[in-house]
Amino acid sequence: MTTRDGVAAAERIEVTSDQDVVRVRQLVRATAVAVKLSLVDQTKVVTAASELARNTLVYGGGGSVEVLRVENGRRAGVKIVFADQGPGIPDLDLALTDGYTTGGGLGLGLSGARRLVDEFEIDTEAGRGTTISVTKWCR
Amino acid sequence: MDRVPVLKIGDILLVSIQIDMEDQVALQLQEDLAEKIVATGCHGVIIDISALDIVDSFVGRTLATIASVSKVLDADTVVVGMRPAVAITLVELGLSLPGIRTALNVELGMELLAKARAELDWEAGDSGDDEDEPAVTAP
Amino acid sequence: MVKSGAAARDLREAQPGGRYGEAAKMLSSQEGNSFADLLATHAEAVISAWTDEVAHSLRGRLSHAELQRQVTELQKGFQSALFGGALDLADDAAAELRAQLSELSSLRARQGFSANETAVSVFTLKDAILRVVNTDDAGSLRDYVSFSTFIDRAALFTFDSYVRVREELIADQAEQLLELSTPVVKLWEGVVAVPLVGTLDSARAQVVMERLLQSLVDTGSPYAIIDITGVPAVDTQVAQHILKTVVAARLMGADCIISGIRPQIAQTIVALGIEFGDIATKASLADALRYVLKLTGTTKRQER
Ligand SMILES: Nc1ncnc2c1ncn2[C@@H]1O[C@H](COP(=O)(O)OP(=O)(O)OP(=O)(O)O)[C@@H](O)[C@H]1O
Ligand SMILES: [Mg+2]
Repeated sequence: MTTRDGVAAAERIEVTSDQDVVRVRQLVRATAVAVKLSLVDQTKVVTAASELARNTLVYGGGGSVEVLRVENGRRAGVKIVFADQGPGIPDLDLALTDGYTTGGGLGLGLSGARRLVDEFEIDTEAGRGTTISVTKWCR
Repeated sequence: MDRVPVLKIGDILLVSIQIDMEDQVALQLQEDLAEKIVATGCHGVIIDISALDIVDSFVGRTLATIASVSKVLDADTVVVGMRPAVAITLVELGLSLPGIRTALNVELGMELLAKARAELDWEAGDSGDDEDEPAVTAP
Repeated sequence: MVKSGAAARDLREAQPGGRYGEAAKMLSSQEGNSFADLLATHAEAVISAWTDEVAHSLRGRLSHAELQRQVTELQKGFQSALFGGALDLADDAAAELRAQLSELSSLRARQGFSANETAVSVFTLKDAILRVVNTDDAGSLRDYVSFSTFIDRAALFTFDSYVRVREELIADQAEQLLELSTPVVKLWEGVVAVPLVGTLDSARAQVVMERLLQSLVDTGSPYAIIDITGVPAVDTQVAQHILKTVVAARLMGADCIISGIRPQIAQTIVALGIEFGDIATKASLADALRYVLKLTGTTKRQER
């Protein structure tokens, strides 16, 4: 257990295969249940995590996902950090547009995930990799 | 790797997804179903997703592909049992599953398939490709 | 374990502001040891005196036996935290104790005791200790003062957790009320309806959405009527919620009809540029039901 500021617990999964994406979903679900997110909010954050973990795997060439239990004053929440050392996203605005895809997907993963969470931050640099962190708070 | 079983019940193929599918498993199901439709000559497919606690863009896309492929093989597909939290999340994600018929449960799904077949028989000789029909028809 | 991590953070945050008392002085390890020894040696006397004090402060609203059980547990909690080397309530060794104190707060809050009464249950440990400590001895007296600081912090921690639990309880109750005020009724075989009455804010609209969708599953109804006759006004957000509900219902395999749209609301919807698209709208709940029955009736006839 870590007791960093605001962080009550953290777990990490290396994402290198399909199965790891499933494990990310399960870990996020368990954490969302533990912080008592409502059923709909659990579903939203797990879905967002599934999208982003798959992006980490497919476009980032694999990476790591850290799932954290966080607190801010009164509220508890789940924070998830997806990190890869892949090619980065050259045009972020474009990538965040509904329907934009370079991989034959629906282009909804990134933009949709952003709508499903309360906080969404991207740090990306061409050639360096991408780090996305999202948070869902209890209402 | 797990495999989702495809059951033949009467003249309908029933797929009940009971596991959190890896992407590979979803793709395998897509293949298995196409083969089973041809092998059995069934004209209806029911995919029961009541056990799924999330549907992300990948699974959504797979369901849409299954429906399209089945249509080409002269079989109608109905997705049944989507949970409310999953539906709410899909709306937020921006995935509207165009081209997929849905019903609340297996029974209503069967009725929907029977009705679709009856309508087709009515217009005997018609190839059955009514492209204009709404994505989700009322049962 | 995880919970205690969060609690530790709360305490640390609180220290600079001095919310937990004078300069948040920690026990020295020697003071900690002698506190632990004192609690162990005089366990029985402390428990008995402490139980009496708490019983007195709660004026007989909890049975003596129950209080004794609680106090015994707490005494053990303090003792093992101190033996474990805790010099401050925020220490890892005091994690179990903090959990115990939170639990006590939660219990008291649910039983309807005040925050004061709850914190006093911990404060009274000081009185109990005063009875067993030799106050003529300067050393013991100095120890007592430092024990007091530790106990004060524990009591304030209890106070804080009590407040938090109370807030959660209130939020829960508000939510229950919210649910009561949005009934979903089965109108006909295969048809459910939600008659919405009063102002619809975003939170309530969301609750309605979830309940309506769940009732579709529970009753196996492929049709839902959302009647907004009793809603004086809608804003963009609420209209969006209704819209999303309709789309979600479609994904699940059900159709929604909206009835009772007042002229003003129709104006708003158009003015706001909200697309109701191909969603069926009817003037009244009765019209909506008639419409659904016609649809299902047609289906029946076709089947025969
Ligand atoms: N971690 C990443 N590293 C590099 N590029 C990325 C990363 N994540 C997303 N992208 C880029 O952003 C685009 C949009 O991503 P998004 O998830 O929205 O759509 P998609 O994955 O193509 O399709 P979908 O997720 O709907 O199946 C991707 O096609 C890809 O080019
Ligand atoms: Mg994606």
